[in-house]
Amino acid sequence: MLEIQNLHVSVGGKEILKGLTLHVNAGEVHAIMGPNGSGKSTLSYALAGRPGYEITEGRVYYKDEDLTTLAPEERSAKGVFLALQYPVEIPGVTTMNFLKTALNAQRRARGESEFDAVSILRLVRGKATALNVPEEMLKRALNVGFSGGEKKRLEILQMALFEPSLAILDETDSGLDIDALKLVAEGVNTLRAPNRAMLVITHYQRLLTYIVPDRVHVLAGGRIVAEGGKELAHELEAKGYAGIIKDAA
Amino acid sequence: MAALETREKVAALGEKYKYGFVTDIEMDRAARGLSEDVVRFISAKKSEPEWMLEWRLGAFRRWREMTEPNWARVHYPKIDYENAYYYAAPKTGGKPLSLDEVDPKLLETYAKLGIPLHEQKLLAGVAVDAVFDSVSVATTFKAKLAEVGVIFCPISEAIREHGDLVRKYLGSVVPVTDNFFATLNSAVFSDGSFVYVPKGVRCPMELSTYFRINASETGQFERTLIIADEGSYVSYLEGCTAPKRDENQLHAAVVELVALEGAEIKYSTVQNWYPGDEEGKGGIYNFVTKRGDCRGRGSKISWTQVETGSAITWKYPSCILRGDDSVGEFYSIAITNHWQQADTGTKMIHLGKNTRSRIISKGISAGQAQNTYRGLVSVHPRADNARNYTQCDSLLIGGKCGAHTVPYIESRNPSARIEHEATTSKIADDQLFYCTSRGIGQEEAVALIVNGFCKEVLQQLPMEFAVEAQKLVGISLEGSVG
Repeated sequence: MLEIQNLHVSVGGKEILKGLTLHVNAGEVHAIMGPNGSGKSTLSYALAGRPGYEITEGRVYYKDEDLTTLAPEERSAKGVFLALQYPVEIPGVTTMNFLKTALNAQRRARGESEFDAVSILRLVRGKATALNVPEEMLKRALNVGFSGGEKKRLEILQMALFEPSLAILDETDSGLDIDALKLVAEGVNTLRAPNRAMLVITHYQRLLTYIVPDRVHVLAGGRIVAEGGKELAHELEAKGYAGIIKDAA
Repeated sequence: MAALETREKVAALGEKYKYGFVTDIEMDRAARGLSEDVVRFISAKKSEPEWMLEWRLGAFRRWREMTEPNWARVHYPKIDYENAYYYAAPKTGGKPLSLDEVDPKLLETYAKLGIPLHEQKLLAGVAVDAVFDSVSVATTFKAKLAEVGVIFCPISEAIREHGDLVRKYLGSVVPVTDNFFATLNSAVFSDGSFVYVPKGVRCPMELSTYFRINASETGQFERTLIIADEGSYVSYLEGCTAPKRDENQLHAAVVELVALEGAEIKYSTVQNWYPGDEEGKGGIYNFVTKRGDCRGRGSKISWTQVETGSAITWKYPSCILRGDDSVGEFYSIAITNHWQQADTGTKMIHLGKNTRSRIISKGISAGQAQNTYRGLVSVHPRADNARNYTQCDSLLIGGKCGAHTVPYIESRNPSARIEHEATTSKIADDQLFYCTSRGIGQEEAVALIVNGFCKEVLQQLPMEFAVEAQKLVGISLEGSVG
């Protein structure tokens, strides 16, 4: 599903990722863990195609296609989804309108017919109920005045709605209390599927108690420095990043 | 021949402005330049009564003594008033009596603009007056409106057939000597709409006028007069387009609104005159005087404008809040892209007691454009308990454009309450990325964000036009990012 080889990414002339290699198969959930400043968010932005994240070396293949030549909206239409750590506010645009615009733009790009207002409302309502996103939230301006938990729930709702093949969750656990965390994790778990890969990026082991990964990678200094099964997360919790990074070195 | 050449030139200019075509039709014009003879020619063409001619000539003599204002934050080469035409009309051999007699070329033009003039095809509940260069070519639903006593007709017809009403109100809100462009308009105005809503009548449909400039080197000087008698209500909308041309054309309109006791007028504009090309060549100079007089107690005038076109916009739709308890509103979206310049805003003149006004202005600037909000809130000594709320928001796209806010506040009554809020923001990179990462392309993302920014104003538009206006917002900003 996703194949990253020797990826180097610079931001504002400064190299952040320095030769990252990673393989994720369909149906798998991989966790990327790392200390602050290790390049976790840079990886997620580079995969989504954010302008300013310059790939200077290496390859990123998604479903056997070079991802790096595609604009962010093209990646989205092809099934790449990034749940942001800090979802952005757009005043005056209702959440419902945003969801409709986004979903229809993706469908248009894939040559599929657009949904009308009624069918989209039905679709969104169905998914929203499952994630405990109240109707009232859909009528408010996108992310404006939303609590941290509401913002994250909306990101997961979008993931459920867009049904991506590759979902990247960038620190989805940050700023959530334990109840909100459980709710979000439950949402993610229901979306695990044989034809879908997920990359869960997190600083803390806590989230991985609820979303149990198939593989864990430790990112430090712009490279993957350790890899293992779900038990690696527990080891990290016990030893701390410093311990693992030292072991790896 | 000239029209054909222009058409080729127009085609070469590209396709972004989809109303940029020219209708090839034989025109009847006044001599080039401006003189008493031209004023007499226009008056004679309209078969006007003597008083109207005298009124025009008075304005013309006054205009000769006036100088063009230069206080607005707009820059343009000196206009040569002697080198333009002041009257151009399709040669139809007199005014058509019914829609069936309208030149098919004109019907086709309006159909292309999305304004079908055949009543059976019209938007339900909207009556249209279509003004082509200097004349009104068709007015729909006149008979239906007449059943409830509403007069909706070209102003040239009103001058002939409802002379008393016109004479009583024309120039009573915007005096002949008001300003350079208004005085020029008073001398040479050719057509526009006239509306009279009788006492206690709620006008059963939206009224709208569609202005089209077609002829080259010609100015359009329309004049609109709307009178809402006691306790009546009317909602009126105007739309404007023009062909793409390398030259600049002058549009100097005057709109006067009179609301008597308890009456309400809602006036909406979707202005999409040709804005010039990406290098700033061509486009309409839109120098317009619009003013409403809340003459009676408890009356209300609400202006809503969506200004996306024109090379230069100089326009301040205003309210004179004369009647006690009267209300004035101004909702504005002004979008400038490429080299467009807009200096627009309002004046709220509080004369009566307990008068209230509300100003919501949204300015969007992209490319190298300059966008200025200029507004006056004035509270006179007798206006006890006057209240005003003003909110001016500016949105910048890119780093080469400008937004300016110039509020003037004068209060001569200590009980007045005046609030002014202003913000300036940019479309943030993270907003754009958020949208694109969810599959929304750059241009659609800009349109979405800007429509969100303008929401409070778009909501004021009549339903039938709100969707069109939203699309227009997006189209006007094409090419502003990336």
